[in-house]
Amino acid sequence: MSHTSYREALREAMRDALLRDPRVFLMGEDVGRYGGTYAVSKGLLAEFGPERIRDTPLSELAFVGAGIGAALGGLRPIVEVMTVNFSLLALDQIVNTAATLRHMSGGQCSVPLVIRMTTGAGRQLAAQHSHSLEGWYAHIPGIRVLAPATLEDARGMLWPALQDPDPVILFEHGQLYNVEGELAEDVEVDIHSARVRRSGHDVTLIAYGGLLGKALDAAEQLAQEGIEAEVIDLRVLRPLDDATLLASLQKTHRVVVVDEGWKSGSLAAEVVARLTEQAFYEFDAPPVRVCSAEVPIPYARHLEEAALPQVATIAAAVRTVCGT
Amino acid sequence: MSQPNPAGAELMLPPGPVPTAPVPFAPELALGLLRDMLRIRRLEEKAAELYGAGQIRGFLHLYIGEEAVAAGAMRALAPEDTVVATYREHGQALLRGVSMRAIMAEMFGKQEGCSRGRGGSMHLFDAKARFFGGNAIVAGGLPLAVGLALADRMQGIRRVTACFFGDGAVAEGAFHESMNLAALWQLPVLFCCENNLYAMGTALPRAQAQTDLCRKAASYGIAARAVDGMDVVATYPAALEAADTVRAAQQPFFLEFQTYRFRAHSMFDPDLYRDKAEIEHWKEHGPIHTYTARLKTQGRLAEEQFLALDAEVGREVDDAVAFADAGHWEPVADLLRDVQTPSAGSAP
Repeated sequence: MSHTSYREALREAMRDALLRDPRVFLMGEDVGRYGGTYAVSKGLLAEFGPERIRDTPLSELAFVGAGIGAALGGLRPIVEVMTVNFSLLALDQIVNTAATLRHMSGGQCSVPLVIRMTTGAGRQLAAQHSHSLEGWYAHIPGIRVLAPATLEDARGMLWPALQDPDPVILFEHGQLYNVEGELAEDVEVDIHSARVRRSGHDVTLIAYGGLLGKALDAAEQLAQEGIEAEVIDLRVLRPLDDATLLASLQKTHRVVVVDEGWKSGSLAAEVVARLTEQAFYEFDAPPVRVCSAEVPIPYARHLEEAALPQVATIAAAVRTVCGT
Repeated sequence: MSQPNPAGAELMLPPGPVPTAPVPFAPELALGLLRDMLRIRRLEEKAAELYGAGQIRGFLHLYIGEEAVAAGAMRALAPEDTVVATYREHGQALLRGVSMRAIMAEMFGKQEGCSRGRGGSMHLFDAKARFFGGNAIVAGGLPLAVGLALADRMQGIRRVTACFFGDGAVAEGAFHESMNLAALWQLPVLFCCENNLYAMGTALPRAQAQTDLCRKAASYGIAARAVDGMDVVATYPAALEAADTVRAAQQPFFLEFQTYRFRAHSMFDPDLYRDKAEIEHWKEHGPIHTYTARLKTQGRLAEEQFLALDAEVGREVDDAVAFADAGHWEPVADLLRDVQTPSAGSAP
């Protein structure tokens, strides 16, 4: 075990991948000399040089597309996009090319590309740096969507993502970078399953990414009141691991889904729909979603806090579902 | 000459006179280029006919009139080179070595098609021939080409990535971002701009403040040259020189082919935005008949020879249609295949 941070775990994952596979390289805005907007790639330029730690101009569309081309050409690119909001400039290449090439070519062209980006609010960055659009990407067949919420996943998800012959998007929540803790030396995780992070029998509390911590905090608070919540970390937002969710529902018969995206057309909606489609009669109470308020994320601290799911709102939703 | 066309603009006419100078190529090359152009023309004429008959559906964008571009450019490439094309790519695919059978079967939507019937006319692929589509997002192929060239650079592979796109693509951000990246990183991309003067129905002067497209490339420090895209005697040497430059210098090159499509943008296009006189002027420059006439004038092609060549190409087209017709519909049970690579191991 060693003491580390989410940021350092991500960096160590990239360092490890760069050492293990000469085809791997990192490309993005300010990943090199600046050291990464969120300092994730700090130090990698000195170790691996400018060919493999490649600074790009502010051309999301072109450098994400170039990542797709480089993947087709035999490399294993990691493309860093500064935030999910900026990734919209590259949405065409991700949705129209990366996700479609294999199918459109009748199975001839796989795209082994990993795209990393920051997501989420909570840092007073207002409406163009704070959104959670993971659900949009999770809508698209042909890509895998990951949301590491723990140190272990921050360290472990990149390598299997690079082994995936198809495009993978890895969402790093901006509020997690400074989270610290103990991490085992040899981390091995999968990129297909959801994980039970806390066992419980009264209610299933489903979360991912930056809100997993709040869900766990809410569960601890609720335990004081005698409600034992089972907290599930989705981890993989596409394809969803229905089996793990259904197994928990069959145990608790109550579900609360926590999602930093807006409720309308959200990933939380998808999770609830899948559970109700497949196990409607398992529910002892209507499922509840705790999502961000339907507003562009505001700057002022008190308003931003009010817009986002908080421990108190999550706990309140659980109490409602449990009828207490 | 200056009567207004329906769009209210001047007629867009060819840059020079119909070429008549002798064809400087050795016999095999001279006839090979003619054959290349004829194969594209006859394939597409048949495709248009089959579209009318309902056997080909979706969007079908014909290249008719522009054959000298693909004929010249594709012959300038080496087998190890890479090609990225647009949705008007039948010619490039065919001359890259994708069989006429596989192309026709693809347009029929059969599983014997070069993309298993998943792509159609706009998405012809052949990874073995390093033919990476068939891209129906205007300018969508440019970043891809930059990345393919980057992969070559980083792996120490010396080859050319030829990227085809039209004048419409020049208006897209992807064009400018890609030109900048290719120049910044000095990547071996041959940018082949097929300037047929219309972005679907919008004439170049109605879309571009600067209509000299070479100046746009030059502004990124990329060597640029324009060539008469109706004349295979011009396109082939220009493409060869450009490809050789890219290969030797490992730098990008921008080659503008000034060309014209004789048919509408797609089979849905009523072609209301061009004056018929303009189309007729360009047809006088038709790449196949002008080239054929020159070879005949030079005494290098007899009418019987031309007819025999045309008949041979006709047989290839007939064979391709028969092959496509006899092809199989992929079972609906396989609907979800090729969304993810099977080893990824999970449902889409």
